[in-house]
Amino acid sequence: MSTLREKMTAQFGTAAGPVEGLFPADVPLFHVPRVQFSEAAWVMKEAGARLVAEWASDETLLGRGFGIYACYNRETEFLMVKSDTPADDPVFPTIKRKFVAAFRFERQMRSLMGVIPAGHPDPRPWIKHEDWPEDAWPLRKTFDPATRMPRVKGSYKWIRAEGEGVYEIPVGPVHAGIIEPGHFRFQAVGEEVLNLEARLGYVHKGIEKRFESLSWEDGARLAGRVSGDTTVAHAIGYCRAVEALSGSSPPARGLWLRAIMLERERIANHLGDIAAICNDVAFAFLFFQFNILKEHLVRTNHRLFRHRFMMDRVVPGGMAVDLDPAGVQEMHRELDRFAKEFERLVRIYDDNPSLEDRVRETGILSAEQARDLGMVGIVARASGQPLDCRIQAPFPPYDRFPPRMVVLNSCDVHARAWLRIEEIRDSIRLLLEMLGSLPQGEVRVPFIPPQPERCGISMVEGWRGEIVYWVQSGAAGEINRCMVRDPSSLNWLGLEQAIHGNIVPDFPVCNKSFNQSYSGHDL
Amino acid sequence: MLRILHQIFRTGVVTEPLPVEVEAEVVEIGAQLEDAIRRKFHRSLTIREVDAGSCNGCELEIHAMNNAVYNCERFGINFTASPRFADMLLVTGPVSVNMEIALKRTYMATPSPKIVVAVGDCACDGGIFGESYASLGKISNVIPVDAHIPGCPPTPADLLLGILKVIGD
Ligand code: SF4
Repeated sequence: MSTLREKMTAQFGTAAGPVEGLFPADVPLFHVPRVQFSEAAWVMKEAGARLVAEWASDETLLGRGFGIYACYNRETEFLMVKSDTPADDPVFPTIKRKFVAAFRFERQMRSLMGVIPAGHPDPRPWIKHEDWPEDAWPLRKTFDPATRMPRVKGSYKWIRAEGEGVYEIPVGPVHAGIIEPGHFRFQAVGEEVLNLEARLGYVHKGIEKRFESLSWEDGARLAGRVSGDTTVAHAIGYCRAVEALSGSSPPARGLWLRAIMLERERIANHLGDIAAICNDVAFAFLFFQFNILKEHLVRTNHRLFRHRFMMDRVVPGGMAVDLDPAGVQEMHRELDRFAKEFERLVRIYDDNPSLEDRVRETGILSAEQARDLGMVGIVARASGQPLDCRIQAPFPPYDRFPPRMVVLNSCDVHARAWLRIEEIRDSIRLLLEMLGSLPQGEVRVPFIPPQPERCGISMVEGWRGEIVYWVQSGAAGEINRCMVRDPSSLNWLGLEQAIHGNIVPDFPVCNKSFNQSYSGHDL
Repeated sequence: MLRILHQIFRTGVVTEPLPVEVEAEVVEIGAQLEDAIRRKFHRSLTIREVDAGSCNGCELEIHAMNNAVYNCERFGINFTASPRFADMLLVTGPVSVNMEIALKRTYMATPSPKIVVAVGDCACDGGIFGESYASLGKISNVIPVDAHIPGCPPTPADLLLGILKVIGD
């Protein structure tokens, strides 16, 4: 089978790329005329690749128009395609017909950057709400971030279902629990959900624009607040992209500690999710038990890394804290206790038929749907898709300690819960191996600010799934653009599909089994 | 079932006294507090949490207040789904432009007298997001705020102490 790179060259010739001078070099960029942007998508689709992300960059300060980018992946190969559009004619052909995931990416590009996906069937704004002026495109360079957004009149057209006995339930943005805001519309007959449509964007706080006014170092703090529950993974994603384009590489010990924190973050969040799933099927006992374990874990974080969620510990160039030998020992002891206690709880989970009854065959997202929608992370792996960028695009120390690819095929809430259990087990193993081989030395090198006009991309497997950062330096070496793609940008689409045919009261548990981030999606 | 019972006995009561530095203060305001909750809130303080644009870090810690270790219900604190039953709003995040209306409506729906507490650095001063086209910054730019609990995010102990202080006043 020829590589994606070979396919591109066969179709567009060597003139298209790979373009030189991009980082890291193993993610090649091909430059195609904009009329061929969708043709390139077609080549990728035919080759069995998936769409990782699609975004635009305002390159007018670099003497060009808008850059339209798409990133594709198949197995271990990642590849980017770029087309240019002139500033006064920012139109490009949609790739929505080839990739469902492009549906929202392109709505978002149009809403925030004002580039037009020609042929896209849905002109409704995304993230930007209908009461914003249509021609306010915050990601453009001509847009002053301090602009006070005036409210205009507008309405949002929801998908409707009609017929006898069909009714609608609107939910949110302020939900019943302690969770983030979003709006859902259910169309239902009796108890059965016919359709669910989500509208998000409520917590859009202009993160991507904000990056452009920050220093490279402060960017890491902002990345750590894209989605607070994934602060470590996002900070690593940002730092790796920035390090790729500036050519700095953190010392081994720093890399090891990053991975250790990443796995701890995975365990803590998985625990919270399993607990919440139990709670939503009224099994309060395990809810409290799993949360006790989680609390102990974040307390150890606080003792060892001086922050319960390890915010601001990952910095460009390495780590802001080190772990002393006593800390290593403490973590060993903790993991030993933790593993035993965890297994005891798992046995109870596994033993309980009334729990099983609620989680099995609930919220099914078939393998086919997961593939077609471009799902990533836990959601993908619970629906038979072997995607984990710790394995597909490993960075040290994951190249030395490959995680186990856990893939389940029952595609339901149970699969998404059980996958988390299996991943916690594997993370414990990884932590022990990494702790056992922690290299000596520094944890940080001085960070070298990037050269002008460079781009860097990185993929990091956070606990939800693949996080992608693409950063571009401007003419003066500042941040020209920082594209953030949280797994939630893709996986929210999956929830809408998984709920079809389920009963309304099962929505909370389906939702918990996905547990996507609103903030990470809305940016 | 036996496993569950066994685990319950093994676990025992894990609810802790608050961390030493916090505990001292809690003891200090304890008497007032009990009195305050009894007098002003009929033994229970009901809170509605509103995420007005947070990164969800603050929510994690508000959740943690409810876990068995902090167990905020022992102080008579509980969370409600509806602002109509709430005595207090705990508001996190900078207020995003897209949440401004919902936040104001939630505020209006909460019966007076009500207490509004801004939770987290973002809620207190806009935090790293500041004020921009999409963010209106601190909560008090949008609704009246009675108290602030800074931190990014504030720990569960900070939160408990902060809440206890407000109602003790
Ligand atoms: S204060 Fe910190 S944790 Fe809380 S919402 Fe703001 S950035 Fe997130």
